[in-house]
Amino acid sequence: MTPDGSLLSAEGLHKTYGATPALDGADFSIHPGEVVAVMGPSGSGKSTLLHCLAGIIQPDSGTVRYGPHTLTGLTDVQRSALRRSDFGFVFQFGQLVPELTCLENVALPLRLNGVKRKDAERQARTWLERLEVETVGGQRPGEVSGGQGQRVAVARALATAPRVVFADEPTGALDSLNGERVMSLLTDAARDTNAAVVLVTHEARVAAYSDREIVVRDGRVKDMLAGLI
Amino acid sequence: MSLLRSPAGRAGRRSGDRGHTPPARRDPPAPLPATARTGPVGWAHDLLLGMRFAAGGGREGWIRTALTAVGVALGVAVLLLGTSVPTLMDSWHGREKARENLGQLHPPAPADDTILYASTNTVFHGEQIRGRLIRPDGAHPPVPPGIDRLPGPGRMMVSPALKELLDAPGSALLRARLDYEVAGVIRAEGLRGPAELTYYAGSATLNSPRAYRIDHFGKEYEPRPMQAPTVLLVVMTCVALLMPVMVFLGTSVRYGNERRERRLAALRLVGADVPTTRRIASGEALFGSLLGLAGGAGLFLGGRQFASVVTLWDVNVFPADIAPSPLAAALIAVLVPAVSVVVTLFAQRGITVEPLGVVRHRPPVRRRLWWRVLLPLVGALLLVPMSAEQAWTDTPLNTLRLTAGSVLLLFGVTALLPWLVDAVVGRLRGGPVPWQLATRRLQLNSGSATRAVSGITVALAGAIAIQMLLTGMKTGYADAYAQSARERPDAGIMGSVDSWQQAERALTALRATPGVTDVRGTVDASFGELGHARPDDRFGSLAIGSCAELRKLAALPSCRDGDVFRTGFDAKGKNFTPGMAIDLNPQFMADLPASPRPWKIPPDIPTARLLSPGFGPGNHSYDLLATPSAIDLARFDHPFMDLEVNYDHADPDTVERIRNSAARVDPTMYEHSEVDNPHDAQISGVRDGLFFGSVVVLLLIGAGLVISTVEQLHERRRLLSALDAIGTRRATLGWSVLWQTAIPVALGLGLALGCGLALGSLLLAMIDSAVMVDWAVVVGMTGVGGVVILFVTALSLPPLWRMMRPEGLRTE
Amino acid sequence: MSIGHTLLGLLESGPRHGYDLKRAFDEHFGHDRPLHYGQVYSTMSRLLKHGLVEVDGVEAGAGPERKRYAITDAGVTDVAQWLARPEKPEPYLQSTLYTKVVLALLTGRNAAELLDTQRTEHLRLMRGLTERKRGGDLADQLICDHALFHLEADLRWLELTAARLDRLAEAVRT
Repeated sequence: MTPDGSLLSAEGLHKTYGATPALDGADFSIHPGEVVAVMGPSGSGKSTLLHCLAGIIQPDSGTVRYGPHTLTGLTDVQRSALRRSDFGFVFQFGQLVPELTCLENVALPLRLNGVKRKDAERQARTWLERLEVETVGGQRPGEVSGGQGQRVAVARALATAPRVVFADEPTGALDSLNGERVMSLLTDAARDTNAAVVLVTHEARVAAYSDREIVVRDGRVKDMLAGLI
Repeated sequence: MSLLRSPAGRAGRRSGDRGHTPPARRDPPAPLPATARTGPVGWAHDLLLGMRFAAGGGREGWIRTALTAVGVALGVAVLLLGTSVPTLMDSWHGREKARENLGQLHPPAPADDTILYASTNTVFHGEQIRGRLIRPDGAHPPVPPGIDRLPGPGRMMVSPALKELLDAPGSALLRARLDYEVAGVIRAEGLRGPAELTYYAGSATLNSPRAYRIDHFGKEYEPRPMQAPTVLLVVMTCVALLMPVMVFLGTSVRYGNERRERRLAALRLVGADVPTTRRIASGEALFGSLLGLAGGAGLFLGGRQFASVVTLWDVNVFPADIAPSPLAAALIAVLVPAVSVVVTLFAQRGITVEPLGVVRHRPPVRRRLWWRVLLPLVGALLLVPMSAEQAWTDTPLNTLRLTAGSVLLLFGVTALLPWLVDAVVGRLRGGPVPWQLATRRLQLNSGSATRAVSGITVALAGAIAIQMLLTGMKTGYADAYAQSARERPDAGIMGSVDSWQQAERALTALRATPGVTDVRGTVDASFGELGHARPDDRFGSLAIGSCAELRKLAALPSCRDGDVFRTGFDAKGKNFTPGMAIDLNPQFMADLPASPRPWKIPPDIPTARLLSPGFGPGNHSYDLLATPSAIDLARFDHPFMDLEVNYDHADPDTVERIRNSAARVDPTMYEHSEVDNPHDAQISGVRDGLFFGSVVVLLLIGAGLVISTVEQLHERRRLLSALDAIGTRRATLGWSVLWQTAIPVALGLGLALGCGLALGSLLLAMIDSAVMVDWAVVVGMTGVGGVVILFVTALSLPPLWRMMRPEGLRTE
Repeated sequence: MSIGHTLLGLLESGPRHGYDLKRAFDEHFGHDRPLHYGQVYSTMSRLLKHGLVEVDGVEAGAGPERKRYAITDAGVTDVAQWLARPEKPEPYLQSTLYTKVVLALLTGRNAAELLDTQRTEHLRLMRGLTERKRGGDLADQLICDHALFHLEADLRWLELTAARLDRLAEAVRT
């Protein structure tokens, strides 16, 4: 399947929005337990790469492999199912359902996977504890601070014990202290569960939590590790 | 910016002009500008600014403005129609009054300017046709409005609708009945409405007593006061149609509220003060409602063109009859835009637009129950005593009580709904994910959905109540007709006669009509006791017929032409004994000069027992029975033949052929049977209209719900994209949208059913009808509610799925 | 900052007199510290010795200032290697980094490459600091944070400079 035993890999991804190419032959690979930072100037195609890797959008050409699956060959329904079961997501903001309590938000992906409400909420509670926000479980996202909300989002991303966590500027809306805390909780938890983390960021201090970084420039990926070797 | 700088700038320049300070590179800080522009100019400026925002809001802004306009337009059109009803009825009655003369108390003597005038109304395929026979006495007869000259003998003037009916292919039997040459068409001023079927025919043979003499057209016509069910119906229809339109008006000016609040916040940031933002918001609402006002006037003017083809409750008028009084029109033109501004300001109470966003002064208030229950309770209290009273009496007070009671009851429903939704949704816990998403969203903010749904609730509750009322009335009429059909022969025909031979001819003609199974008939006449001081107290009735016809009424011992029988029928205590002298021309009014025509009851008169004695349909109360040779029929005053015809109902044309046979014998013969139940058509017309109205209102409210749902979806596009990213199925979110609409709508429907059934029962009790639930209507209305849910969901799904695309995740 | 590499880079666009070199250097990099003639000549003689430049010609009335220098192939290679080599991340690197970026643009090279290489070098150090911080006590954390913020500031400034100069590249090249 994947050539070098990697968990998730992509080859020759092309994606165009209108006349603007967002990805122009991008390659990528990540191993289990690895944290890879995706860097590059804004508009370079970082988010598009993340969306293609996660199967949220289909590239115009190129392949994405995940374990034994060729993601680019799956239907939308299959990819959605895979995202529910194997992937977790943290975004910059706007991802928590404002009407649900924080606890219910964390339990949401589990429930989407068919876990019973009681069990889902029990598991969700342990994740909230782990991310040090167990006190806000009964509150709605609008009633908690940005840092707490982002920890809830991380808890939600990790609740299904995903094999890959996709984080798109997860600290973008946070101050330094909260950003650092969220990053260290995220990477610690990912390491403990041997999950891979694809981390899109433009901040070097956040990227420093990664094992290696890649740079997306003009729709192409430069693997700095490979470049150095 | 410039808006705010200019006062300071002006102030600065002024101080510079005075020349006391050397020119500086920048003006020194000027004194604070006046807090806000005030006065009418400032007001107008702010309102205009708001209107510019409403007009320049891009495609979405336009859609909202258009929706507000549609809501207002609908309300305006309904209001204009409602205020047109009095003028409409006036002109309708006015034309009827001008063209009719039901007989003069002191009949004029034949003269150059008198005519003999007779009614020849008939029915064709259930359609009432007004017919008048005319025979001028001289050269200068009066002419009714709408025609220039009276038609000559054998010719007729017809209404356009009747002309069309006569020319129609299926009207051969009618052409045979109205066997006159069409001489012209009656103009509009001689018609009640464009669809009226009427004609004036000239006759050379018309004579008294079939006709009466008049010397002018036009009568003192007092419109019959409307009957209780009709009053109820009119009041209820106005309430049920206007209330949802008002609710819709109230909701439609709130569309795009959140976006508006953001825009106002931006204005606050550049320095607009709170009253200014309020005025700007009012200006935005004003723009939509002014558009709506124009649209409503257009809708009204365009819609009334269809008046010609609409017949509601037998009322059919010309488009020009539908015109509101100038005062009412002016009030509408002023009040509707004013209401939209007031609603906008009302919607903003409790919030302050601050530069960085909207501040809500109070946490969402717990909805209190007591005043919400009070409204419908007071309404019910007003109505219940009225339904317990014996029968409806049409007094202004009662009408007021009825209107107030119904309005309060219906309005109470809209007040109860938010509380009910809150109370029910607040208790919902858990459930599948879509259900949880929907209930949680409603728990957090149920206001906008509930507002829209309350419109549905009023419309449905009102519609159900009215439908119940109609069904009750319809069933009542149908029962009455069914009963009379059981008790009476199929068709009854009456007509004046001069001799028994005429009656004999009519009997023969009817018997020869295909489809007729049995005909029975006698000539009926009245007599009084000769010389009695109070003749109107003591009079009897007499039937003249052949032995064969008399045998159908009574058990005759034996019968030959020339025989007379007494029946001994004595229900009223009057006793006409053998040998008594009677008057064949009795005066029923004591003060009129009498001209008695005496006749003596034979002393040896045999007795014949009536087969079914008594009063009422199918029974007979004759005192005497006579064969044609026994008394000269011409000696009686106004003898008339009473014919009863049984026929085969399988062929619908049989009854038309019977009418033709009768008309051929004498066109003024009067059919008094009630073969066609006119109320079915009346009620069906109103029901169809009401149903159509309800569906339009519901669709409009559905459109409003779609807008607010899509608006809500639009505001959370990022969240929707994020939910899609974590692998949420489209179906999950689709179902949550469905539940989000379905829960308030279902609660609204339940409330509407309860309230509608209660109100309907009260109304039925008021007209002393049996309370029955028309389940077909209930199911139909519930179905319409369900359709609205599906309609809203179906229209919300494409935008939902569009917003679930990953584009929403892009931060750029 | 390496004056030698800078002068070499300036010669890449064409042979120059020593005086021209000083002027070019001052114009681009010498805002706070203009170069002395002596520095130019001593550097040039050192570069001549290593074969990185050659004397292109001498004009009449020859003094040292009349010599015209040109870059050799070895010199071009040397500039390229220097530009591609990330600087050891340390505080107050900006003058060196700035020189590198400008020279890269002046010589038609891709400033982004340089930036990426430097970022990787910075990140390598930052990862180490981050790791130390995660395992360390409060004092460690504070010290590491100080270094991390400085390193990040360098990178940010570098990125911003590269982005700005990219847009000015046309102007600079002409």
